[in-house]
Amino acid sequence: MALVLCIAYAKVRRLFQDTRMRYSAFEIIKQAFSGNRHWKPAWREPQPKPHYDVIIVGGGGHGLSTAYYLAKEFGISNVAVLEKGYLGSGNVGRNTTIIRSNYLLEGNEPFYEFSMRLWEGLEQDFNYNAMVSQRGIVNLFHSDGQRDAYARRGNAMKMHGVDAELLDRDGVRKMMPYLNFDHARFPILGGLYQKRAGTARHDAVAWGYARGADSRGVDLIQQCEVTGIRRDETGRVLGVETSKGFIGCSKLALATAGHTSVTGKMAGLDLPIETHVLQAFVSEGLKPVIHNVITYGAGHFYISQSDKGGLVFGADIDYYSSYAQRGNLATVEHTIEEGVSLIPGLSRARVLRAWGGVMDMSMDGSPIIDRTPIDNLYLNCGWCYGGFKATPASGFCFAHLIAKDEPHYTARLLRLDRFQRGFVVDEGGKGPQPNLH
Amino acid sequence: MASLITCPHCGVRPKEEFSIRGDAVPVRPAPNAGAEAWYAYVYVRDNPKGRIQEYWHHAAGCRRWLVVERDNVTHEVFSVRDAADVARSGSGEAA
Amino acid sequence: MVSHRLAAGGLVNRGNALSFTFDGKTYRGLQGDTLASALLANGELLVGRSFKYHRPRGIVTAGSAEPNALVTVGTGARSEPNTRATVAELYDGLSAASQNRWPSLAFDIGAVNSLLSPFLSAGFYYKTFMWPASFWEKVYEPLIRRAAGLGRLVTEADPDRYEKAWAHCDLLVIGSGPAGLMAALAAGRAGARVILADEGFRLGGSLLSESSAVGGLPAAEFAGQMLAELATLPNVTLMPRTTVFGWYDDMVFGAVEKVQKHVALPTPDLPVERLWRIAAKRAILASGAEERPLVFGGNDRPGVMTAGAARTYLNRYGVAIGQRVAIFTNGGSGYALARDLAASGVEVTALIDARKESGDAVPDGVRLIRGGAVTSTRGTRALKGIIADRSGFEEDLACDALAMSGGWSPVVHLMCQRGAKPVWSDERQAFLAPDVGAAFVAAGSAAGLDRLSACLRDGADKATVLARDLGFAAYEAEIPDVAGDYDPDFAPLWYVPGSKGKAFVDFQNDVTVADLGLSQREAYSHVEMTKRYTTGGMATDQGKLGNVNTIGIVAGMRGVSPAEIGTTTFRPFYTPVSFGAMAGTARGEHSRPVRRSPLHGWAARNGAIFVEAGPWYRSSWFPREGEKTWREAVDREVRTVRASAGLCDVSTLGKIEIFGPGAAEFLNRVYSNAFLKLPVGKARYGLMLREDGIVYDDGTTSRLSENHYVLTTTTAYATEVMAHLEFAAQALWPHLDVRFASSSDQWAQMSLAGPKARIILQRVVEDDLSDAAFPFLSARTVLLKGGLAARLFRISFSGELAYELAVPAGYGEAVADAIMEAGYEEGICAYGVEALNVLRIEKGHVTHNELDGRTTADDVGLGRMMAMQKPDFIGKHLATRFGLTAADRLQMVGLKPVEADAEIKAGAHLLKENAKPSMVNDQGFVSSACYSPTLNSFIALAMLKSGRERYGEKIVVWDALRTSEVLAEVCPPVFVDPDNKNLHV
Repeated sequence: MALVLCIAYAKVRRLFQDTRMRYSAFEIIKQAFSGNRHWKPAWREPQPKPHYDVIIVGGGGHGLSTAYYLAKEFGISNVAVLEKGYLGSGNVGRNTTIIRSNYLLEGNEPFYEFSMRLWEGLEQDFNYNAMVSQRGIVNLFHSDGQRDAYARRGNAMKMHGVDAELLDRDGVRKMMPYLNFDHARFPILGGLYQKRAGTARHDAVAWGYARGADSRGVDLIQQCEVTGIRRDETGRVLGVETSKGFIGCSKLALATAGHTSVTGKMAGLDLPIETHVLQAFVSEGLKPVIHNVITYGAGHFYISQSDKGGLVFGADIDYYSSYAQRGNLATVEHTIEEGVSLIPGLSRARVLRAWGGVMDMSMDGSPIIDRTPIDNLYLNCGWCYGGFKATPASGFCFAHLIAKDEPHYTARLLRLDRFQRGFVVDEGGKGPQPNLH
Repeated sequence: MASLITCPHCGVRPKEEFSIRGDAVPVRPAPNAGAEAWYAYVYVRDNPKGRIQEYWHHAAGCRRWLVVERDNVTHEVFSVRDAADVARSGSGEAA
Repeated sequence: MVSHRLAAGGLVNRGNALSFTFDGKTYRGLQGDTLASALLANGELLVGRSFKYHRPRGIVTAGSAEPNALVTVGTGARSEPNTRATVAELYDGLSAASQNRWPSLAFDIGAVNSLLSPFLSAGFYYKTFMWPASFWEKVYEPLIRRAAGLGRLVTEADPDRYEKAWAHCDLLVIGSGPAGLMAALAAGRAGARVILADEGFRLGGSLLSESSAVGGLPAAEFAGQMLAELATLPNVTLMPRTTVFGWYDDMVFGAVEKVQKHVALPTPDLPVERLWRIAAKRAILASGAEERPLVFGGNDRPGVMTAGAARTYLNRYGVAIGQRVAIFTNGGSGYALARDLAASGVEVTALIDARKESGDAVPDGVRLIRGGAVTSTRGTRALKGIIADRSGFEEDLACDALAMSGGWSPVVHLMCQRGAKPVWSDERQAFLAPDVGAAFVAAGSAAGLDRLSACLRDGADKATVLARDLGFAAYEAEIPDVAGDYDPDFAPLWYVPGSKGKAFVDFQNDVTVADLGLSQREAYSHVEMTKRYTTGGMATDQGKLGNVNTIGIVAGMRGVSPAEIGTTTFRPFYTPVSFGAMAGTARGEHSRPVRRSPLHGWAARNGAIFVEAGPWYRSSWFPREGEKTWREAVDREVRTVRASAGLCDVSTLGKIEIFGPGAAEFLNRVYSNAFLKLPVGKARYGLMLREDGIVYDDGTTSRLSENHYVLTTTTAYATEVMAHLEFAAQALWPHLDVRFASSSDQWAQMSLAGPKARIILQRVVEDDLSDAAFPFLSARTVLLKGGLAARLFRISFSGELAYELAVPAGYGEAVADAIMEAGYEEGICAYGVEALNVLRIEKGHVTHNELDGRTTADDVGLGRMMAMQKPDFIGKHLATRFGLTAADRLQMVGLKPVEADAEIKAGAHLLKENAKPSMVNDQGFVSSACYSPTLNSFIALAMLKSGRERYGEKIVVWDALRTSEVLAEVCPPVFVDPDNKNLHV
């Protein structure tokens, strides 16, 4: 009987998939002729069912991609994503849109490269143009020591089969003549270049995953805040209390970024996470001037230009614990000082808007995708600054973990117990002080 | 907070004069406290949303470490105390 | 071109004509004009092109919310893209150019997009450009990028100066209109320190545009009188041209003052802009209200602007926005304009009031169309006429300008930057300022008031309350009478039904009512998603003009109150701020302070090449005549040290004086090795760990007397180690009686190394330096010949007989010179950090190349320095975790290429012979490498998996990044004098 039901369900599901609206140039023309009145909703706005196989808390990039891959890759579509605000209202909607896989350590590089591979086929995969743009990233170096460190990183990338080039000063100058070569406090000696890195349109990433998940039967439930985690006497998770009532689940997955400690605590989990605010900025729209993504090595500053013309940039976190999506002026000044030091021509441009994202800073600067000591509770957190680029792999690996109860190969070192066991993945070598990562 | 800090030794000073270390609640365990206690001290953070205590160092001022009690949502500051005073008054100081 | 300047009136100086250019054509304006008013006076209606459809656009506002009139002002390195013409103060010689058009403003190819607009609906780009996959980056995206953006950034360095300052006050008043002026005066008279800041170049705000009489004077004169009194109060600071852009924690406001943006050639004596951080005890937001456009077909035609703007151009600048002006209003504002236009003799074609009834006074001779609406407009690059509709009856009215008023929205931006959301008022049909506490309040029309008289009173009242709250004796202010006070009350009209053609809600980003509808149909229904999907509110005006209309329209579509829709998030900056102002002086060579060693001059005299090392400039090598490459110099320096002696500046090492009876115990806890029993007069190498068991820093610490030590750190970690020690002493062990003082800048420290070091040093030191009298690791104060007391340490980084001599910084150069002279016969040389690095690699000493924040003491062969018998030290307890003691950890080894002249570079990785490169096969990496002139071979230090068990193994040094593979032999990391004989001679 169960088998028959399964088959019937699969058929219905396929039917459902077939009827979803495909986006294409043809569809745009067709719709234009009927006044754009017949576009279908990108996703449903369902009421929660009493029980799901999997509930994902957090409708940001990671939660949505997890749902998408659960349905698409692992055949689990009786899934709800619970979002207390609107879809994509977390850090996926407030970052500097950089994607890259230029890491040093074995715990990170294969994972981020897996993410990069997923980025490379993403639009065709979920039929939504997320504007993945592989415009290349250059990490500038300003001393011999930094060059050696980047060489080590570049060789690690190449060890893993990832593209990397070491540019000298002239090589950088040819690509980016507008950088401060002549009056720099710290001379630009060269850069580590990853051609395949770039940017993606952040909101569209969330929307593409949302639409793809929804069309595969996932319930995306917005304005639904999780207020508690219900467990039985053995400690097993049964479901969540929400602003829309209790919703049961067989497995509960947390993807709540900066609020990880808050949701974790609902199940009695204490985690190696501190929450900090990272500001990011956009300038007024300008004609194309910066083609690549650039990071400044003598300070901490990164910049790229969006397809709309805005210069998108950021630097350090504000350093203090904060759950507020806003930062302070000293950090703004510091960021822009670095920017003008690197690119003198920015001086006469204007910064339009600043925003703050609430970061789940882990104790070694690397993420955690793992089971927890609590049965049925799965954890995805610790993204620090780097969550956006990880969105596809994070979702894929988390879905893999939830579906199979074992880590995906590329995420096998991103474990929760690594701190206890002494296997930290400390890319920056900064030690257990989260605001330094 | 975040713009101005009232240092108990120096008065109101801009944030730029300080460096910040993180959670000031964990107390360094006794030497023989065991692996679990040391792991918790070094790695586990309560990280509540709301009222917290945090170590700030008046690096460009009196060079004292301070415990700033503040709300990490509103950024309101409730108190700023010298870290040595806090440690002396605390119960968990390791000998 | 017809002049629109009226014969009289306005606050412009008709005796001072200013010449300026727009798109290369020369015009004349008047002192007191903005660029916008001057262009309008010259009849230039077309000033820009929109973002997406490249539609011709004219001036819509007279203030900082302007979405259309964005131009590039200035030329060369001083050109500023996206400058709002409506707030750009006109000056003689101003040069402006239109943007986002090709080949010209009047004829712009991009306008073809307007024809394609059915295909370019909101978010269309998310649905296409995906096939074939490779085309996105090769074809589609470059096209989009080329079309995107507004002005062009010149990448030349900025020739002008910027600066930053702090200001402190009791009361900050933001905005100098009726409420702001009254507030500043009330608090100023009471004796409070007041800062009155306004973005305009002339203080007075809306009073400058007002035709009513205030206190028996024309409004502008009244403002002048108030300002004159404020100027006499020493406790009041007037800050025109100063935009308060952000409200931050603890009542700190960010503001930017345009100091020299209104001159053609700024004087270098002053900054062009100044960033202010204003710490205010209290603040009043008197930023006024923004008039909302009406949303109807063709509401973006050049010649259509807000009624308030039209009134400003008329009353403040003496400019009529057209010869025949139609007015479309839903409230009193349109009537006030009609009255002012009529009084100035400008023809008003018709006054179209969307309301069926109102008590507003219609001037004689003006035709009033009650219950009417404009449904479309005509004209291409300038307005030619409008279609007015009343109850289905359409009428084509010829006009060359249309003023519109859709009601008023209080400007509450600043109060909403710290999390509080504005509150919808059904009564006011507007979002009002949230309650953010008693320290920061809104006043006047920013507080939702409408009549001028009410705004004057509100400003005075609120300032009085705040001043009293701060303890000032403030008296009830006298409120001046307003003659001709009118009620700008309005009835909501979010969208004109029956509109034909595109009806814009966001002008710059070309977002139409149809786009909003699409976003709702497609489920992007939350207001933040609507914004992100349609881009409405994301333009340079950040939705100041259009957002409330967007919310009203979406609410209408959904059949709910605007309260339920809510606003998007208000974030800094109120208006865009230049990078230049934010960066201030921290740019170019001055981006960070420079630290110079006390021996910098000595090194320079000896021909040093300097290299940046953090904030320092360190002497890197000392080339001599005939040496063609840096390597020749470094090789010579190394050989000289090994054969004779060399002198090296090591002043940049961190030096920390430690005092107190608890110092020994303290050191014993912060170092992993034993320090309790270090004798007076001795130095010891110490290893400092982080609490997680990883090596933090290393250095030597010497006991100078019973309770006085001097600890050295690496150059890079000097600051951090000091903070670390202070933390340990204050927060961890406050009962230990120990104190610190950094003396890094007080001592010039030099290392004299080499077999001849003693002979040379003895020539300048009185004390006996024989091995018996001053053995290895001695550390004490000695007397230099001539009587100077100095600290001498017999320690060695190079592996040779070596001393570090520290003298008070001011004596550094003289002492270094004396040593060089003393060693002349022995052939002493100055050596730099490059040679120092070679010497230490040869000796197998670690630096932060090896101690990279991931290595344990054992990893770098210093496991014996973990004094585990001590009850406690920082890092002890977590150092024994499995992962930190695993057998396959990377361990430090030496590498020698099989062929001596094969170069090994730091950053290369290690592979077993014939192994395929992969992360799993990765055996480690090269941490430090150099050419060793002592061994006549390249050598390296490397971190290798289980390295110490692998001496003798051949390994591939894999450097694919620099396309090199070198076969090397793994060896112990000490290449020179492994038995340390040289140290003890």
